[in-house]
Amino acid sequence: MSVAIVDYGSGNLHSAHKAVERAAAEQGVRVIVTSDPDVVRGADRIVLPGVGAFADCRRGLDNVTGMVEALEESVIKGGKPFLGICVGMQLLASRGLEHGVAQGLNWIPGEVVEIKPASPDLKVPHMGWNTLEARRSHPLLKDIPVGENGLHAYFVHSYHLKTADPAHIVATTEYGGELTAMVGRDNIVGTQFHPEKSQKLGLALIANFLRWAP
Amino acid sequence: MLKCRVIPCLDVKDGRVVKGVNFVDLKDAGDPVESAIAYDAAGADELCFLDITASHENRGTILDVVQRTAEACFMPLTVGGGVRTTDDIRNLLLAGADKVSIMTAAVNNRDFVREAAEKFGSQCIVVAIDAKQVAADRWEIFTHGGRKPTGLDAIQYAKEVVALGAGEILLTSMDRDGTKSGFDITLTRAIADAVNVPLIASGGVGNLDHLVDGIQDGHATAVLAASIFHFGEFTIRQAKEHMKNAGLPVRMD
Repeated sequence: MSVAIVDYGSGNLHSAHKAVERAAAEQGVRVIVTSDPDVVRGADRIVLPGVGAFADCRRGLDNVTGMVEALEESVIKGGKPFLGICVGMQLLASRGLEHGVAQGLNWIPGEVVEIKPASPDLKVPHMGWNTLEARRSHPLLKDIPVGENGLHAYFVHSYHLKTADPAHIVATTEYGGELTAMVGRDNIVGTQFHPEKSQKLGLALIANFLRWAP
Repeated sequence: MLKCRVIPCLDVKDGRVVKGVNFVDLKDAGDPVESAIAYDAAGADELCFLDITASHENRGTILDVVQRTAEACFMPLTVGGGVRTTDDIRNLLLAGADKVSIMTAAVNNRDFVREAAEKFGSQCIVVAIDAKQVAADRWEIFTHGGRKPTGLDAIQYAKEVVALGAGEILLTSMDRDGTKSGFDITLTRAIADAVNVPLIASGGVGNLDHLVDGIQDGHATAVLAASIFHFGEFTIRQAKEHMKNAGLPVRMD
């Protein structure tokens, strides 16, 4: 089995690569970092990382000729397991509102909006370790303790995805109101937090992704 | 609930840890990667490398350190020291740093902060401020390890860099650094309350109460310390237990 990590000039690929590799080692999975749409088409699973501003990331993705088409083909038509991380998850939305309006992939309808905590004492970016509240069970959260006394995930973001359909929310996190922490439908899942930086929780989630048979 | 962060900081020179780390039986106390792995296992919330390499030809050594750390530790990593250009930032991020801390380059050219935040996103741009008290209610920014005054007012400067896109402030009191007498709480609170981004308090930690004070009274969202952890006076776990007992939210995973 192979996992493609999509390289479109955005962010911390080295960490994502090493974390997936670590989780994959036991399962005999090959991990490929690639900007080649054909390699994405040939992979069994796909990870879309992303760090930075929504519009920049979207531009970066569009600049890799044929990549959006390869993703649509493999994930939407082909039903391959897909994991979006941070801005890679936000890109699943219909559109992002960071520094102007930019179109998303529209796989999880909704908008990426600025975080506005109810309390003025709460700083933005929402930065650091927070717990998850599961809205429904999901194979990627299997055997991961969630809730106030559960494991923590590492977040760093100023925007979050407000889904049009509440059923697409897998988990939230509390920060002066509810923020979307994880979304999913069918073979598609996305995390606002960084599993590759979330120690125990992160490696367990990635291992679950590699075993996932949606 | 979002937890307070405890961040050990390692000074790295020519790819080696300066001042050593004695808190566990490391095979090589001078290897930053070994120290990073130990802090990762001990429950540190982030790790900070401060590169104090002086010579230009050895500046690349930090990239190798960052790369090897990212291969072994799945925790957030901030790297600072000598970051002058967007290429420096890109190279550190590609090597596996999550955040990059800018100091002198931001003082010399405020526009660098804007450029960096636009290119890489505010979330990875930390502006480090070294401040010294010069009057009752005035702190000035110093560079070159506190030797070079800039005449800049620390509070005004903090507001300015945040407006330009800094996603976090790393504040060090040069009056307290190395004294073990606690953070400069007045300064910390003045800046934490003046900006709407997270602030890491640094400089002066000598005991665990100081960590609590930095957050409770200084309004910092994270606390950074070096020697109390490196020399084994306290473990990360002890620090967090102490903060938890004081009523602060901490991560014990």
